[in-house]
Amino acid sequence: MQRRDFGRLLAGLALTPALAGKTFAAEWDSILAAARGQTVYWHAWGGDPKINAFIAWVGEQAQDRYGVTLEQVKLAATTEAVARVQSEQAAGQTTGGAVDLIWINGENFAAMKSAGLLFGPFAESLPNWPLVDTTGKPATVTDFTLPTDGFESPWAMAQLVFEYDSVSVKEPPQTLDALGEWIVANPGRFTYPQPPDYLGTTFLKQVLYGTIPDPALLQKPVEDATYTDLTAPLWAFLDRIHPALWRQGRAFPANEPALGQLLADGEILISFAFNPGRASAEIAAGNLTDTIRTFTLQGGTIGNASFVAIPFNAAHREGAQVIANLLLDPEVQARAQDPAILGFQTVLNLQALAPADKSRFDALDLGVATLPPDRLGPVLLEPHASWMTRLSDDWVKRFGVAE
Amino acid sequence: MILRALPRLTLALMAGPVLAGLAGTAYPALRDGARAFRDLAAWTGLPRAAALSLGTGLASTALSLFLCTLVLAALHGTPTFARIRSLLAPLLAVPHAAAALGIAFLIAPSGWIARALSPWATGWTAPPDLLILNDPYGLSLTLGLVAKEVPFLLLMALSSINQTDPDRRLTTAATLGYGRVAAFVLTVFPTLYPLIRLPVYAVLAYAMTVVDMALILGPTLPPTLSQQIAAWQMAPSLTKQGTAAAGAILQLGLVLVALALWRAVEVGARRFLTRQAALGHRAAGADLPSRLLALLAAGTLGFGLFAGLAALALWSVAADWRFPEAFPHGISLSAWAIASPDLLPATALTLGIALAATFAAAMLTLACLEAETRFGLTATPRAMLLLYLPLLVPQIVFLPGLQTLALTMQIQGTWPAVAAVHLVFVLPYVFLSLAPAYRTLDPRYATTARALGATEARVFWRLRLPLLLAPVLTASAVGMAVSIGQYLPTLLVGGGRVTTLTTEAVALSSGGNRRVIGTFALLQLLLPALCFWLAIALPRMVWRNRRGMQT
Repeated sequence: MQRRDFGRLLAGLALTPALAGKTFAAEWDSILAAARGQTVYWHAWGGDPKINAFIAWVGEQAQDRYGVTLEQVKLAATTEAVARVQSEQAAGQTTGGAVDLIWINGENFAAMKSAGLLFGPFAESLPNWPLVDTTGKPATVTDFTLPTDGFESPWAMAQLVFEYDSVSVKEPPQTLDALGEWIVANPGRFTYPQPPDYLGTTFLKQVLYGTIPDPALLQKPVEDATYTDLTAPLWAFLDRIHPALWRQGRAFPANEPALGQLLADGEILISFAFNPGRASAEIAAGNLTDTIRTFTLQGGTIGNASFVAIPFNAAHREGAQVIANLLLDPEVQARAQDPAILGFQTVLNLQALAPADKSRFDALDLGVATLPPDRLGPVLLEPHASWMTRLSDDWVKRFGVAE
Repeated sequence: MILRALPRLTLALMAGPVLAGLAGTAYPALRDGARAFRDLAAWTGLPRAAALSLGTGLASTALSLFLCTLVLAALHGTPTFARIRSLLAPLLAVPHAAAALGIAFLIAPSGWIARALSPWATGWTAPPDLLILNDPYGLSLTLGLVAKEVPFLLLMALSSINQTDPDRRLTTAATLGYGRVAAFVLTVFPTLYPLIRLPVYAVLAYAMTVVDMALILGPTLPPTLSQQIAAWQMAPSLTKQGTAAAGAILQLGLVLVALALWRAVEVGARRFLTRQAALGHRAAGADLPSRLLALLAAGTLGFGLFAGLAALALWSVAADWRFPEAFPHGISLSAWAIASPDLLPATALTLGIALAATFAAAMLTLACLEAETRFGLTATPRAMLLLYLPLLVPQIVFLPGLQTLALTMQIQGTWPAVAAVHLVFVLPYVFLSLAPAYRTLDPRYATTARALGATEARVFWRLRLPLLLAPVLTASAVGMAVSIGQYLPTLLVGGGRVTTLTTEAVALSSGGNRRVIGTFALLQLLLPALCFWLAIALPRMVWRNRRGMQT
């Protein structure tokens, strides 16, 4: 009893800078001790049974290995958790908050970090952190050009890939222009989620990457002086394809699941997703026909990472860190990459792994529709978040109200 | 005297959270010199979105009321009507989102109807590129709303119709040579309508502010105002909260405008009916066409909902089902396997919360109405407005403020807290369902009882409550259904600690997986269906020996 209390005291102290000199190992041991017996409430989008099943499996591991109970709070949108922490802050609740861990990235992370709603830095002190491929996968430490500064820990890589029905589309387009031509030649068989939806705006950014003369500009904030000229080719591209879109562009699917459903129903023939393994995993789950294949564009497609972050007032921050660390465990990462489970790409540097761990990844079957890593093409970094806001606002102005 | 003070206490209990939540909304909207309203006005879609909200709300409510009246007028008392009535329970129990998804799958170009006719009749081997769902005028949305609201209005009408003494009136009118429909519209409807007026208002407010149905069936360029408000509220980085709050206040204004419009039409309709009555047209020729139209309408709506549900049920066990196959290739229980681990605790919690909220609501409602009766209190329009605030003010407007309240009071995250918040939404519906029947109960029963020496308490327990068994149970079933269907209040006040069937269903539905959606839609409607079935079956069983109590 006394020992446990002492451990808790240590855990509390370990988070203060005064004890920064303590060794990592001792510090982590005290976190582990404090975490034992905690129940961690992980607020995560709950729309995919495959992901929910994976999180439940992670929970079993956490219980077996560390005595930490993991409860997934299934959300319809991540904003629900952000709004929750915000209300708690507004109500003056600085401890014992309801959210222990959030699946997060991009704008939600930027908003929470700048409002001081996050606990940290913690990510770079996790024992498994050295395994993360921060040089080969810079998106693990840069979230929409914003340095993560250890306030969130990555757990999955995502890259935009196009999905197509190989029965109807014999030669998938390889460039943006070819895609445009295919759309015009096959009216009604392509669409994208309606901005400001996340995936829909990603499509706009992908088109912008393909039409802007100097993509490096996208890593900087939008400048009013050049914005109109830089985006003119993007809008011209959209004006060209819109009459040939699904429903002549008079309606758009709401989000990524709705787009995926259109592909599954055969309403569209080319779709896209933010997960190179999605098609294989959906085929394995019986939701997609097994003739679906994937392709990327020459010059690369946008990629980013999924993270977990801990709110400033989390009731079980030690347990939350244990889960964040567990998510970086090679066994857990290999399971996430298995197309029969999730098909998410790993954030780890495979070369840095012990041979036994590396073999877990080597043993994985790619899945019928997944491109091998060397054919996925380069990963384009997410543009600065201001591009996303500006593009989706502009899209709504231009196309948001039908004539 | 506690009973005497109860109506006021109940009002405070109802209006307090809503007003607190409203204040929490008005503040961000009015901050910075009402900048939020300028942002709102800058949205080019605003006029269309506002018009869509008004249009779909008014059209679906008017159509629902018309069809409900038509079915009652043309079919009440016939064997067909008894069959319709027995189908009401399952129809009412379908959650709005599930009904919308079912209808969407039915009428979409890749939907069941198209599949059944393809390729042999249509020649389609791929789904045609037709804009049926999400049409710019909100026709699909209106259709979906009508399918859901006609059963609700029918239930409300049925729970009060006996107060209007329909058989004698219809018989008298018939002996004077009036056609069935004319007799109903001229003699029963004028007494019936005031009894269902508040439910009609609630339907109007609901139809104008619905989010989940609009998301599936409604237009998107632009969407309806309520959908856009929800989008702003959910915008990442929470930068559009002010705009959302301003939009919510506009939405509230629109609802009030629509109610005023509706009221004006009521006055006009009343004059019109009075004049028609004075003219003395017997209109017997209207009976056959009305009957056919009523059958067609009831058949179409019933078919739409049931076929949609059947489609969802089929999807929940479908292995592989592609266009243009009319049926799935095989059967798979994987979606049910996904649902099963959390099923028992979630069902128990859902039921517990619903029972607690409904029981409290029924007690409060009965106490208020009894206080009215005993002390001759009358509910002022202002008091009624306060009571119905939770129905008239869009949920998304005041819930965030309500959450802050719960946080400050340190009561979030437990099931009693969730039940307490559900009470705010359940009570108006229970009151709405019960009050008309209670208030119009013939006072001569009580007078006679008192003359025979019965105390007020005895009159209540032995006379009024048994006489009102059917309306009380119906009101409770409505309350259960309302509680079971709550998503945002459960999530916000539960803080993720309270998992109900609906929080599971909505979270899983956001993934768009039809198999999982089908599974949870069925689970979600089983509980309310059971409640409605009990509400209809119990009084019949209890009163099987009392012909006057059979409805």
